Amino acid sequence: MIQQISQLLPELWQIAVVLVLFLETIGKPANDAAKPKWLPLAAAAGIFVAVFSLKADGLLFFKAYQVDSLSQFFKLAVLVGFFIVVLNADPLPTVESEKRSDYFLFLALSALGLMFLASTVELIAVYMALEISSYSLYALIPLRGKDQRAAEAGIKYVLFGAAATAVSLYGLSYILATQHSTYLEVLAAADWTWTHSPLAVIGLTLFLAGFFYKLALFPFHFWCPDVYDGTGNETAAYVATLPKLGAVVIMIRLVAMLKPENGIITIIAVLGACSMTFGNLSALIQKDLKRMLGFSSVSHAGYIMVGLSAVSAKGLAAAGYYSLVYVLMNLACFWVICRLATDGRNITLDDLNGLYKRAPGLAFIMAVGAFALVGLPPTAGFMGKFFLLTSAWNRGHDWLVIIACLNTAISIYYYLNIVRHAYTAEAEEPLPAPKPGSALWGGVLATLLLILGAFPGPVFHYAEVAGKLLIP
Amino acid sequence: MMESSWPILTILIFFPLLACLALVFVKTDHGARVLTLAAGIIELLLAMPLLHFDLASGGYQFVEKKDWMPDWGLSYYLGIDGISFLMVLLTVALLPLCVLCSWTYISKRVKEFHISLLLMVAACVGVFSALDFILFYIFWEAMLVPMFLLIAVWGGPDRRYASLKFFLYTLAGSTLLLVAIIALYWTGHTFSIPELAQKNYSFNFQIWVFLAMAIAFAIKVPMFPFHTWLPAAHVEAPTAGSVLLASVLLKMGAYGFLRLCLPLTPQASVYFAPMMIFISICSILYGGFVALGQKDMKKLIAYSSVAHMGFVTMGIFLFSLRGIEGALMVMLNHGITTGGLFMLVGAIYERSHSREISENLGLGKYLPAYMFFFGLFALSSLGFPGTNSFVGEALVLIGVFAKNGWVGAAIIPGVMLGAAYMLRLTQKLAWGEPPSAKGKSWKDLNFREWAYFTPLAVFVFYIGLAPGLTLRAIDPTLKELLHTFSAKTARKAVTMVMEPEKGLAGQNFETKLQPAVDERIGESR
Repeated sequence: MIQQISQLLPELWQIAVVLVLFLETIGKPANDAAKPKWLPLAAAAGIFVAVFSLKADGLLFFKAYQVDSLSQFFKLAVLVGFFIVVLNADPLPTVESEKRSDYFLFLALSALGLMFLASTVELIAVYMALEISSYSLYALIPLRGKDQRAAEAGIKYVLFGAAATAVSLYGLSYILATQHSTYLEVLAAADWTWTHSPLAVIGLTLFLAGFFYKLALFPFHFWCPDVYDGTGNETAAYVATLPKLGAVVIMIRLVAMLKPENGIITIIAVLGACSMTFGNLSALIQKDLKRMLGFSSVSHAGYIMVGLSAVSAKGLAAAGYYSLVYVLMNLACFWVICRLATDGRNITLDDLNGLYKRAPGLAFIMAVGAFALVGLPPTAGFMGKFFLLTSAWNRGHDWLVIIACLNTAISIYYYLNIVRHAYTAEAEEPLPAPKPGSALWGGVLATLLLILGAFPGPVFHYAEVAGKLLIP
Repeated sequence: MMESSWPILTILIFFPLLACLALVFVKTDHGARVLTLAAGIIELLLAMPLLHFDLASGGYQFVEKKDWMPDWGLSYYLGIDGISFLMVLLTVALLPLCVLCSWTYISKRVKEFHISLLLMVAACVGVFSALDFILFYIFWEAMLVPMFLLIAVWGGPDRRYASLKFFLYTLAGSTLLLVAIIALYWTGHTFSIPELAQKNYSFNFQIWVFLAMAIAFAIKVPMFPFHTWLPAAHVEAPTAGSVLLASVLLKMGAYGFLRLCLPLTPQASVYFAPMMIFISICSILYGGFVALGQKDMKKLIAYSSVAHMGFVTMGIFLFSLRGIEGALMVMLNHGITTGGLFMLVGAIYERSHSREISENLGLGKYLPAYMFFFGLFALSSLGFPGTNSFVGEALVLIGVFAKNGWVGAAIIPGVMLGAAYMLRLTQKLAWGEPPSAKGKSWKDLNFREWAYFTPLAVFVFYIGLAPGLTLRAIDPTLKELLHTFSAKTARKAVTMVMEPEKGLAGQNFETKLQPAVDERIGESR
């Protein structure tokens, strides 16, 4: 019993956070406090708990819940992201003060769902965890004052989400019917070839669709730019980052069951190629930064598929590493957006004009974030991309590597545009300067991106250990 | 290979970064200039131990090797040989000169300017000394950002277009380079360039790798028809940007051909040599003709760079000792001469606020010292005997004529064009009918300007009159390079005989080429 509790420490900590937040919501409405003061501290403590339990290992709850390197890696990533998101959601200008406790409750609950997702190794449990994280988001997204676009975004997210989940469940029924199990352990030993069990292959593809939706992979991406655009900046920062981690970890577990020459891998590779090309081309003409980042995340979902399509320990580790880096670089960009939008409006490229003068720190963070998203050295974005591409070469999808590289060339234009506006353009009318000290945590993110670019070794090594558990 | 105890290359790369950090805390513009100048001079002094370079050895020297990511076989692997030695020295030497020539030219965001300059130099030294392929690529790409900022922030009126074009062009070119690196890794199972160079690859594989690498390098050189970013970037960039662009960045393309294409894909290099030579001829003639018609001094020099770099690629793809020697000499000399010319244009722009030739006529009367330097660098640029560029161009021409008289005949007009556009420019500047001198301050060179033109002028004469030492530094490396190169291609010639249907063009060229290479190597031993 004690041992089981020690294996579940990060989840238990997050549950405690959720419970305290819940008590706050039913208590007296917070008067004017931007957020519970203790929350950042609790989130920071969560990171320590996760680091502490990195080495935890075990199989719990009727073998449905696996605590291993992979799950602990992603739980740590989720908690780091949650910490930054909580810091970022200050002062939360578009959420009325009496709703703020609820806002953070849903945020924490969604992160909790993602942490469960990292460990689930049974399809029904996967589905439950996915829904825990999604339902909270359904409530979060429309929370943006009385903004109609937010309502539209909320409806889009719910409808798309419900449809994708339905497809996923439908696929699950096929898998259960043909392979007679929902345990990944059993499924991994099963035959997934088209000739042997075509229905199972269809079922797994459909099941994956639910995660393609979370990841905003082409052609399940249509919600992504609209939701980013419509919902509040702080919420978008969350939606853009953490849920992708949950999707990636499940895809890593599912892909590891397949042989590299399996048809599903080809589907993943093709969708990845479409996703990055479509995302990058659409992002070229965006003026609204959040929309641009929305399309950029569509293309990054495609890059992550490059690693998955390798179906090797290194490939899976590369996908894991890249999704962590992706969270960091997106949070860096959103950090700047949230600091600039003091009234919670959407930020366009022109709002960045002359940023180097108003807030040199924020301009630097933006530049590091943008260059990391391109994949320019010496940022972690380059290293991540390098791992992805190298692991995928000679695994039957060389064309995907070439397309990914060419996409870098396409994407440079719009990311460079961000830097150009921040560094070379002058503001026509003087824009208000953000608060001093606002760059602090964004600066930490930028530094992390540079450090992970120069010394990716330890983190990647841990990811690789996790990958080797799945594919020895 | 010589290991060194004192990590001199690391210091040369990271000292400018430290200086950047120090710059962040400097408050005044003047302080930033003085600090960067001091950093530049210290960097130059730090580079002095490089002069212990062993002239007799053709291998890598000052080697540093540390594990970086053993999981992927990445290492922090630095070292220089005869090819990169001169380039590193050139890069380091240009830093203080660049600071001096921007002393009054740059008046806004001075601190950021010097930070960009220092980042640039760090990345450039990194490119020339990296022996791990990924490390090379990292420096290669990292250099784009400071250069982009130099053009985009401190550039001329059309800087937005020029900087974007520069960035997009060069980045697009190098994306496929990354694919080539990855493919080489999976074939050769290492990222170490020296180890990769020792292995043999199948002909088909070489063709693709060569193409992927050659596009990146051809854009950087730039070779016709990938040159269009260069005039735009040169014209808009501030003086120091132009100098670094011309003197260091363009050399990276040629360096890539020498360091990577020839050793890694020798047979493909031979196969594509006729095409590369043809493009080089095009570059030489096209650059020359277009330079002839320019009204803007910077544009003229930019197009002359295209022509000069044509000589470089020509020399490289002759695969003979004289040709490659010549190519390296042209690289070095173009760095000195064209760097000097761009600085001169910057100096005159500060006086007349125009780079139009017609606005700067008849300077001989007012600025005799200025005209002296201009005449000197112009003569050097057209390859006048006794100046540095003559040595390089002559060596390339010797190499060309030894190989094929017709090719030589084709580039002779290019040499004459060089004389035509440079002499035309010099003549107008020195003796043209000056327009009204209103609004212009015709003051001759001041002490600061003397300080940065004189060292360049000294090198123009030194290399021009006594090229021996420079050649001795590069010869052992080149001989070794050509030796392995001919050994690898000779094996190819045998397999070609067995499979005559594969690559006829390559075979034809090779049969002519092979004895020439051997003969030249024998001669020089």
